[in-house]
Amino acid sequence: MIGYTQTMESLIDGNGIHEITVFALACFVGYYVIWKVTPALHAPLMSITNAISSVIIIGAIFALSNKDSECSKILGWIAIALASVNIFGGFAVTRRMLNMFHKK
Amino acid sequence: MEDILYLVAAVCFIFALKGLSSAESALCGNIFGVVGMFLACVAACSVVDISNLSFIISAMLAGGVIGVTVAQTISMTALPQLIAGFHSLVGLAAVLVAFAVYFVTNAEGAITPYGFSKLRFLEMGTGAAIGAITFSGSIVAFLKFYGVGGKYKIRPTLNVFMIFFIVCLLTYFAFSESENAFALLTFCSFIVGVTLVVPIGGADMPIIVSLLNSCSGWATSGIGFSLHNDLLIIVGALVGASGAILSYVMCKSMNRSLQAVVFALESEYSIARQATKTKAFRQGAPEDAAYILKNASSVIIVPGYGMATSQAQHVLKEMSDILTAAGIRVRYAIHPVAGRMPGHMNVLLAEANVPYDEVFELNEINRDFSSCDVAYVIGANDVTNPAARKDSSSLIYGMPILEVEKAKVILFLKRSMGAGYAGVDNELFYAQNTMMLLGDAKKTTEAIVKAM
Repeated sequence: MIGYTQTMESLIDGNGIHEITVFALACFVGYYVIWKVTPALHAPLMSITNAISSVIIIGAIFALSNKDSECSKILGWIAIALASVNIFGGFAVTRRMLNMFHKK
Repeated sequence: MEDILYLVAAVCFIFALKGLSSAESALCGNIFGVVGMFLACVAACSVVDISNLSFIISAMLAGGVIGVTVAQTISMTALPQLIAGFHSLVGLAAVLVAFAVYFVTNAEGAITPYGFSKLRFLEMGTGAAIGAITFSGSIVAFLKFYGVGGKYKIRPTLNVFMIFFIVCLLTYFAFSESENAFALLTFCSFIVGVTLVVPIGGADMPIIVSLLNSCSGWATSGIGFSLHNDLLIIVGALVGASGAILSYVMCKSMNRSLQAVVFALESEYSIARQATKTKAFRQGAPEDAAYILKNASSVIIVPGYGMATSQAQHVLKEMSDILTAAGIRVRYAIHPVAGRMPGHMNVLLAEANVPYDEVFELNEINRDFSSCDVAYVIGANDVTNPAARKDSSSLIYGMPILEVEKAKVILFLKRSMGAGYAGVDNELFYAQNTMMLLGDAKKTTEAIVKAM
């Protein structure tokens, strides 16, 4: 019961609500932007969303920079490397695909 | 300061997606994406201790070199594998970050200035669970694209039970904050990722790949919640919405419900294949096909997965160049679920330099089949099956199809006379105006080009 009250408090304390607001609005933005994408570019859409979802690298950078936990440092380093494969690879392959659509 | 950078990065990402609304603006969109990512990394590095910079850069270089090498060398036919592989990396990264956050909270040094509440643990657990499902699901999808492993049946009830179990574990973890619960939660999620994707058949793969794309977004959002990072939340929501919309479009194009695909509910049907009746069909030689094509005035090419596997797009372009030079109008008709991922055919045709104004979507071109002389079906089957419109007992009834049967002549390139993925016999094979060209799609098309 204590846990429940805490949960509710952190929801109401403004922080939780703020984040849920951001999340809900971003979902709507995503919804309208994605419907505008032409079906011909659905493959590049997948690779670019894949690249930008690797923005999770931010979390990995924080994890690596933590002083108190060695474990967190190691996990962070690996996560940065994995996300980087995605970021560089994702944008590069999107560019390659789009170049194919571009040349006439 | 970093909050402003995050905001600018988020706007850049929205522009990156918006750029894809047309092929002209798409490259510009990609640059926006790169800029957004750069700003996001700068913002994150600006708040951490300078001494970590060498570690961060070394990790980024290690990953970046691998990423760029893979992206530059991979062939366009292997695109579905590549995308699935990339999804798995996002999933794994999410799991690792969630664990790191967990260890840090246990070491009582919060990553962010905020304290940790039960809600944080719930979010952390959700992020880790979705990340783990994305990871293992994408690995299975990746292997399937390489042709490893067949299709196994797994009872849908098992998956439902497992997902229920994960939700219970998640709740338990949020309240107990126990390490074991977290580990078990992640482990079970890995298992569910495998058991969900293993029973999925080839033609459903576009839906699963978009669904995994969506999951990788929700995992990012989950981590964003537990780190109180708005940028992660926003990007996660954008990517999640994108994948969800793609899955919806794919499901609609197959007239299937998401539950039916995810839990492979119809797998029993497709295994119990209808016995193919030995009916008479007309088989033609490439020379006959060449003659028919040269005497047509308009040709519509319908590519499918068979074109991708035999890499026939380049020789197909050669053929249509010859036809166009002879004054014949050539167009391409693409079904939304043709191939193994959304937009698969478009990329392959673009690779072969087919101008995109010759490539049409289902709704744009369907009524033109009745006025075209030749429909050239290369490696597609179920998406042309008239049973989807006529036979209400058929498995694929109700699925929107390309109305190829209305063309005056149908040239059907196929490896063998077997039924398609859905296991449904295609009456088009036996139609009066159909000529079957059996064999490898690329070799047949090459022979036709030679005969011209």
